[in-house]
Amino acid sequence: MTAQSTRSGHRTIAVVTAGLSQPSSTRLLADRLAEAVDRSLRLYDEQVEVVTIELRDVAHALTDHLLTGFPAGDLERALAAVVRADAVIAVTPVFSASYSGLFKTFFDVLEPDALAGKPVLVAATAGTARHSLVLDFALRPLFTYLHAVVVPTGVFAASEDFGSTGAEALSTRVDRAARELADLVAGRRSGGPVDPFENPTPFEDLLNL
Amino acid sequence: MQFGIFTVGDVTTDPTTGRTPTEHERIKATVEIAKKAEEVGLDVFATGEHHNPPFIASAPTTTLAFIAAQTSRIILSTATTLITTTDPVLIAENYAKLQHLSEGRVDLMMGRGNTGPVYPWFGKDIRDGIPLAIENYHLLHRLWREDVVSWEGKYRTPLQGFTSTPRPLDGVPPFVWHGSIRSPEIAEQAAYYGDGFFANHIFWPASHTERMIRLYRQRFEHYGHGSADQAIVGLGGQAFMRKNSQDAINEFRPYFDNAPVYGHGPSLEEFTSQTPLTVGSPQQVIERTLGFRDYVGDYQRQLFLMDHAGLPLKTVLEQLDLLGEEVVPVLRKEFAALKPAHVPDAPTHASLLEAAGDAHDSTVHATDDVTGRSPEETR
Repeated sequence: MTAQSTRSGHRTIAVVTAGLSQPSSTRLLADRLAEAVDRSLRLYDEQVEVVTIELRDVAHALTDHLLTGFPAGDLERALAAVVRADAVIAVTPVFSASYSGLFKTFFDVLEPDALAGKPVLVAATAGTARHSLVLDFALRPLFTYLHAVVVPTGVFAASEDFGSTGAEALSTRVDRAARELADLVAGRRSGGPVDPFENPTPFEDLLNL
Repeated sequence: MQFGIFTVGDVTTDPTTGRTPTEHERIKATVEIAKKAEEVGLDVFATGEHHNPPFIASAPTTTLAFIAAQTSRIILSTATTLITTTDPVLIAENYAKLQHLSEGRVDLMMGRGNTGPVYPWFGKDIRDGIPLAIENYHLLHRLWREDVVSWEGKYRTPLQGFTSTPRPLDGVPPFVWHGSIRSPEIAEQAAYYGDGFFANHIFWPASHTERMIRLYRQRFEHYGHGSADQAIVGLGGQAFMRKNSQDAINEFRPYFDNAPVYGHGPSLEEFTSQTPLTVGSPQQVIERTLGFRDYVGDYQRQLFLMDHAGLPLKTVLEQLDLLGEEVVPVLRKEFAALKPAHVPDAPTHASLLEAAGDAHDSTVHATDDVTGRSPEETR
């Protein structure tokens, strides 16, 4: 038995959002992206389930994980949701010219291969558009290191973008990025990585490594 | 079922007094703790192995031999022996020697060690952790079972016509457990050889331990050593007790809050609900420990961590009195009543000897006493 499934027509999108205020513009952007991805995937006749992970809710558990080495309760479920997901939407506020520490900690404690080959859409928010390159000099290298497949369009939203219109509109970028993610997801088998507890490497193979 | 204690040999400041024991004090305290363990009726004392401060747990066979000389009944074990960075030839020699000196009161638990810099100090690389554990143990397994070994591998000098001495006592190698917190490969390894599997258990949630043990049991059966419920399972545990549970919580909290590994993280209440740590009355420890069986099945060995985080020797000895007098006698009775007849006990030297047939001296005599040439060369 493998953890991979050939069942098509049902896709899970994990949304990881690191905004701290409630409500936050980061969560607002995350919801818009999730909705646009859902819409684009339905054009492929896919059923979509969106799982949203607010990192604020597991902030204590993330620090504990750094110190104890294991994820407690809700954090364990959040990490498992990302591992199982067909794609990830990752959204962070910009703190000191990069992703926030909380955002980074979540991806620090994910199992090393959890994102390998997984389509990821990166997005960020900030008070000013001067931070927009954070997508390309901070988020993209992080997810490349984790062997994720990052879609070409990243979405950056400064405060002013929430009132923009026309060709420059945030909604245009959101839709383009969502289509790119949906195209990647639709062309793939669903499911997460193989579970080593369900499929242990036979000892004879370990001996011949 | 066997009950005992395991120590990591940490030298930790007592947070309630600010005093840090000297290495000498901690080493002597370890011996006192082991002797007390025998005195209160425990079955096993196991020491860790570390090669860096703040630990005094290097040279484990020196410690264990010293303890063996001052005890008569308790089994001396390890938690763990570093199969990755220790030459398997030295492990074969040291523990066979300990077997002879202690009249067979020895078993071992293999582990990998998780401190990166320790590996290069011994000429190894932590990224090879799993392959080192696999290859080194495969050689160790042969060194104890074949009088003359010719061998070639990736991680040590080849051996041509090598005889590890002394040969195991009565021709019976020490029983081996494999310990791992999270690597399915090690559960697979233990299952392949029909060795024991020990889940550290104390730092991670029960759901994780359950998954590791289930895998080991399934693969034990797969490799034909018996049914899954006959596999040899050991568990770690961690407890702090006082007659009144609130006294236990108040006394232990500063040690918990400042403990190596999990201190300054989750609260005592969170950690006791997430992991097997029990802080309370002896009755609470009994109930919690009996509950382990619900998710790992009938198992053979329960070791408790009792002496870490800067707890003073006097307190540790009091804890051992409570463990030996109030907890273990009840657990023995309760676990024995629950265990079906076809589930074996943990192997001991006596049971392995009985299974192997009569005792035989396994000394390998060189045919030429002058040159000391090996039997293979003179064959």
